[in-house]
Amino acid sequence: MPNTPHISRRELLRGAALVPVAGALAACATPAAKPTASSSAAPVATSAANPFGMADNKPLEVWIFDGGFGQDYAKNIHQPLFKAKHPNVEIKHNATKEVTKVLQPRFAGGNPPDVIDNSGANAMDFGALAQDGQLQDLTPLLDAPSWDDPNTKVRDTIDQAVIDLGTYDGTFSVLGYVNYIFGIWYSQKAFRENGWEAPKTWDEFLKLCETIKKSGKMAPFTYAGKFPQYLYEPLLTMAAKIGGAEVLVNIDNLEDGAWKSEAMKTSTTAWAEIGAKYLMEGTAGLDHVQTQTAQNKYKVAMLPSGSWLENEQKTTTPADFEYGMFPIPDFGSSDKLPYGTLHSQPSENFIVPSKSPNPQGGMEYLRAMLSKKAAGDFSELVKTVSVVKGAGEGRQLSPGAESATKAFAAAGTNVVYYRWQTWYAQLKDEAIAATGELMTGGLKPDAYLERLQKKADEIKNDSSIKKYKR
Amino acid sequence: MIFNRYRRGLFITSFLAAPVILYLVYVISPYIQAFYIAMTDWRGVTATPTFIGLDNFKRLFSDGTFWKAVTHNGALLVLLPLITIVIALFFAFLLNVGGAQGTSGIRGSKFYRVVFFFPQVLAVAVVAVLFQQVFRPDGSGMLNGPLMALGVRPIGFLSDPDVAFWSVLGVMVWQAVGFYVVLFSAGLASIPRDMFEAAQIDGAGRVSLFFRITLPLLWDTVQVAWVYLGILALDVFAIVWVMTDQHGGPDWSTTVMAAEIYRNAFQYFRFGYASALGVIMFFFTVGFAILSLRLSRRERIEY
Repeated sequence: MPNTPHISRRELLRGAALVPVAGALAACATPAAKPTASSSAAPVATSAANPFGMADNKPLEVWIFDGGFGQDYAKNIHQPLFKAKHPNVEIKHNATKEVTKVLQPRFAGGNPPDVIDNSGANAMDFGALAQDGQLQDLTPLLDAPSWDDPNTKVRDTIDQAVIDLGTYDGTFSVLGYVNYIFGIWYSQKAFRENGWEAPKTWDEFLKLCETIKKSGKMAPFTYAGKFPQYLYEPLLTMAAKIGGAEVLVNIDNLEDGAWKSEAMKTSTTAWAEIGAKYLMEGTAGLDHVQTQTAQNKYKVAMLPSGSWLENEQKTTTPADFEYGMFPIPDFGSSDKLPYGTLHSQPSENFIVPSKSPNPQGGMEYLRAMLSKKAAGDFSELVKTVSVVKGAGEGRQLSPGAESATKAFAAAGTNVVYYRWQTWYAQLKDEAIAATGELMTGGLKPDAYLERLQKKADEIKNDSSIKKYKR
Repeated sequence: MIFNRYRRGLFITSFLAAPVILYLVYVISPYIQAFYIAMTDWRGVTATPTFIGLDNFKRLFSDGTFWKAVTHNGALLVLLPLITIVIALFFAFLLNVGGAQGTSGIRGSKFYRVVFFFPQVLAVAVVAVLFQQVFRPDGSGMLNGPLMALGVRPIGFLSDPDVAFWSVLGVMVWQAVGFYVVLFSAGLASIPRDMFEAAQIDGAGRVSLFFRITLPLLWDTVQVAWVYLGILALDVFAIVWVMTDQHGGPDWSTTVMAAEIYRNAFQYFRFGYASALGVIMFFFTVGFAILSLRLSRRERIEY
């Protein structure tokens, strides 16, 4: 509360005495009445230097998810850059690990902050926010001149996938800032020393697992057993390779029988076999850090993860470990998508609440973030791949980030993604529960797909859940 | 006189008004609001929810996960009090009258008293994190480490859906027992010593001492314990949320009503629906309380 007027003790007591009980009753837990809209009043004219008409003395409140990437990048990279151009705007920086707990009441109370990095396990549901019109339309940001070059639009400086995936109900409203690139991760050193090679086909992969198992040196494969979403990721990516990207589109669109497609059956059966034969002992009860640490200790050879892995493990990885990533192997010669196809999608999602006091300032902050310098410094600091084109050029990359970047470049347009898990949280939880069971043998592949199809149908028929298409 | 009485009434009322209003505002009104929110489609981020009547309750009846949660709460409702009370009674008996002479505790009972009560002192979250490590499924687990050293396959205490519920129950019992040992000890302390001595002289052994004297005279305390533990079983949340995989998993094998309410509110952003679950849970709890108070009405034994 920036403008709390001074209140004398007597006024306070009188005020407290006068608050009618009914008013107090109503104010407790129910949604607050909508406060007078402050955002619509934006009399400042727009210009090339100020494309959103931001008032240059209005404070800006920023909330950063303090997770795998920390919050230093916002304080030391983005905010100084923003201040350099707008020295009169006071930035109020905040960070939290629990986005929902801190910010959901502010949305319900009608006074959300101006910029939110809505990420992490406790992020707010984008669907709920979109459904209630809480997300600022970021199309003006796309059409604004970029921070670096007045002749280039922001739209042309970022990957198209950012725009596709940030669009809810036809409105671009979520800005993914990091390109997550998924694959199977291993130690290049361990592979070199043992004469193992990254497999290109499923047969080679199975043979490699067998070789590693027989060598007795380490277990062939593991995944974050407590979080089976790490495993349905390669399962779905392989299904897309076998049957084409529409396998995933159909699942996203809740098409009838989408989960039970032939490609899904093949992929599910193949991964269930890995679960039955080649998992590290105890996998089902370990989390991502425990399994990743086991890999750093050379107790297990391979695990599926994304391009954040290297940064996440930087304190436990031996200096000469040399992370590497290979894409999901070809299943057979009739695969619809070629070798090298990757699952990649922008993440670390930033939003500007439409009912915030200063949405124009929020968009300007995002525009600063999308400058080449901000994005490049960011990806160097947190060892990851930015969505801003060419931001990584001429930068020193770590082995894992380099491996992922190369794979991403090699994949070209052969990139797949899925959105059902952010659109339908209930389906995600069911998939997590069922995938754990699939990998430990509690569910046969057919029953697994049957169960997920049933949940998808349930969601399709539930009128209270908003549906999305892509 | 009448005037005086009236004034005195007014005097008392004026003192009672403040707490009553506070109670209405902070205890009763949230309940009423929850009932109202349960009939809206509120998703927690808007200021204007739509009234949808009983739709949420209709949806609830076909929500398989919620009914799994109800089943687990039901199982806890029966098993948690039963196991906890049996163990606590046994310990309290040993600590107080289980000794060789029959009128004092076994050797070292002061030490055990502390040991039994210790878990009660720990915060639930601490207990949950602690047991996550105890139950670890690899060689680093406190239980599985020795098992694996003996060549036994590690048990998935928290990762096997057939075992996880029992692990949760075990931890809950472990944490609760200490408090009831103390409660029963206090009950036992109020039973006159000479009753035990008289029974001993008549030749009663430990077993008949327990079933003929201790248990009947402690019956009131046992009933109180039963109600407390029943309520604990109905609103269990933190231990499940913090300790189990996927907050009630694996595969929904340990989820409870409170966890489903939290999940629907703060993960699915269905505050209206979560409130409907809360209303149902409210009726379960009130129903249990009324039922147990009815059933436990019984003549007190005077001594």
